[in-house]
Amino acid sequence: MAKNLFQKVWDGHIVQQLDSGQYQIFIGLHLIHEVTSPQAFGMLHDKGLKVAYPSRTFATVDHIIPTDDQSRPLKDDMAEQMIQVLSDATEEHGIEFFPPESGSQGIVHIVGPELGLTQPGLTVCCGDSHTSTHGAFGCIALGIGTSQVRDVLASQTLAMDPLKVRRIRVEGELAVGVTAKDVTLHIIRTLGVNGGVGFAYEYAGSTISAMTMEERMTVCNMSIEGGARCGYINPDQTTVDYLRGKERVPKGADFDKAAEKWLSYASDADATYDDEVVIQAAEIQPTVTWGITPGQAISIDESTPDPELLEGLEKALISDALGYMKIPANTPIKGTKIDVAFLGSCTNGRLSDFQAVAKLLVGHKVASGIKAIAVPGSEKVDAEARALGLHKVFEEAGFEWRKPGCSMCLAMNPDKLVGDEVCASSSNRNFIGRQGSSTGRTILMSPIMVAASAIEGKVADAREVFGLK
Amino acid sequence: MESNEITKINGKGVYIAGNDIDTDRIIPARFLKCVTFDELGPSLFFDERFDTEGNSKHHPLDAEVHKGAEVLMSDANFGCGSSREHAPQALQKFGFRAVIAESFAEIFQGNCTTLGIPCVVMEKPYRQALATIIENAPDIDLTVDLHSMHVVCANQIFPITMKNSSREAFLAANYDPLDTLLQANDAIKVTAERLGYI
Repeated sequence: MAKNLFQKVWDGHIVQQLDSGQYQIFIGLHLIHEVTSPQAFGMLHDKGLKVAYPSRTFATVDHIIPTDDQSRPLKDDMAEQMIQVLSDATEEHGIEFFPPESGSQGIVHIVGPELGLTQPGLTVCCGDSHTSTHGAFGCIALGIGTSQVRDVLASQTLAMDPLKVRRIRVEGELAVGVTAKDVTLHIIRTLGVNGGVGFAYEYAGSTISAMTMEERMTVCNMSIEGGARCGYINPDQTTVDYLRGKERVPKGADFDKAAEKWLSYASDADATYDDEVVIQAAEIQPTVTWGITPGQAISIDESTPDPELLEGLEKALISDALGYMKIPANTPIKGTKIDVAFLGSCTNGRLSDFQAVAKLLVGHKVASGIKAIAVPGSEKVDAEARALGLHKVFEEAGFEWRKPGCSMCLAMNPDKLVGDEVCASSSNRNFIGRQGSSTGRTILMSPIMVAASAIEGKVADAREVFGLK
Repeated sequence: MESNEITKINGKGVYIAGNDIDTDRIIPARFLKCVTFDELGPSLFFDERFDTEGNSKHHPLDAEVHKGAEVLMSDANFGCGSSREHAPQALQKFGFRAVIAESFAEIFQGNCTTLGIPCVVMEKPYRQALATIIENAPDIDLTVDLHSMHVVCANQIFPITMKNSSREAFLAANYDPLDTLLQANDAIKVTAERLGYI
């Protein structure tokens, strides 16, 4: 029977069906970090349990690590303790750990793919909702809570309900200045922040097929913002080419054998889906958020909504969101004054993101009074960017080039907004208080739009600022 | 896990209005700096409850009449965003034992289930009626009944639904799946070998 990728990978990883109706699923790759995992080791310890398959778990530090001075002990005692607990636990349980200055540290969702740990057909999980990123390789990639991190450490399995699969076909060529980030913001805007509940999203169609792996990761990364439990893209030659030569993939003839297997996980041509949505690439414009959820997004040429045209809870929600953002109703979003520009995160902190921006940034300067930071997603991204001289381009334009980490995406480290500052951000969440100040304001957009906004000091259209045609 | 079956939750309710109440709001990221979950209760909804100077914003959770509430009610897509278990842990440590909403984000719902916090879905007209009862008589107890799949309050009955696997797990006292998962050790090994993982 024809199957889609989700069904193939899911069926292959079933250990058993549980009495509750859930399935026990084997987890092929488990990634852990310092914020949601140390407590799980405590839970294991309390129950006298060991890590069942330590070679299938990998650890790094990303959420809390400073991006300026990473020398140990960290100035923040609790941050230091969290990293130490993780480091000790990995040593005790025989788990491979990529600490700062190992050359492989970074945001967990950037590290997995760049090392080649993330491979098609795997079940991947991590105590972080943006684990959906790994779906770009044709994985079932699930964000999980700490008790589930415990479950995976102790048993290498999870109890899970099966998901429905919605195929989202994006068809056609993206216009100049429209990026993978705009595609994902457009999808979330169209289907809603809870439109994906109960679903895995399969992203397909000619637009997706034409994307690089890095672009595909951006799209899959934000599946969770659309409510989907995970998102994936069928492995193809682009996937195989990306993985070739990566540190942790098979070599030589073994690679060819692996590649053949990887490609076999792709959805069958006659596979069926629980739902299908078609989006025309031509409809997608550079997209930015105006509110407090990633679905509260509009194209750069649109105006903010008018709550007076709505009723009841909808009216209150729109009105409250605009009120929090201190952005007027029914007003063009372009031109909204910003204070901070943040380039980085698991959504847009890969080499290609910095390359795309650097190419445009030459000859431009960040507007005066704007704090602009560029945070590479990993030590590898940092090293590659430095080797290409990209860091100099950013610094000459007025960006600070930082050390790798999650940084101002969730601001658990010292990189935080102050007061009600407005941040043009390449990250994934514009929730209230997300960037470290309870009154801080976030406007999500693509990396080139962040750069354009940094130069103008206000929300700007990259196509105009950089003369893209 | 030595958990008990969960069939009925009795307690006062509190309504926190709003769609898409995300886990950053339920517990801001700065409170995630911890190596245990024990101290998270007071941080629940912290920035919604207090301004930057620490003054009360008169959030429902801090209203005297809602002190001791054990059932939290909200609207659509409650718990969206981050997978941080700190969110349901903070709810539980604050004293909540069940959540009623229009819908839930899935990771949050799963995390709640593992901790023994039923997330039940109630349609809008019923939630509105229940919110009115709570507003007028905040001391009144409501009962979330997972057997009959109703909330009972002030002699009124409000139908609820929930994820079937979660309901089964609460009624069978195995909502924390770890022991069940571990019992399958041999089958896990067979699966790992079949998939070429070992």
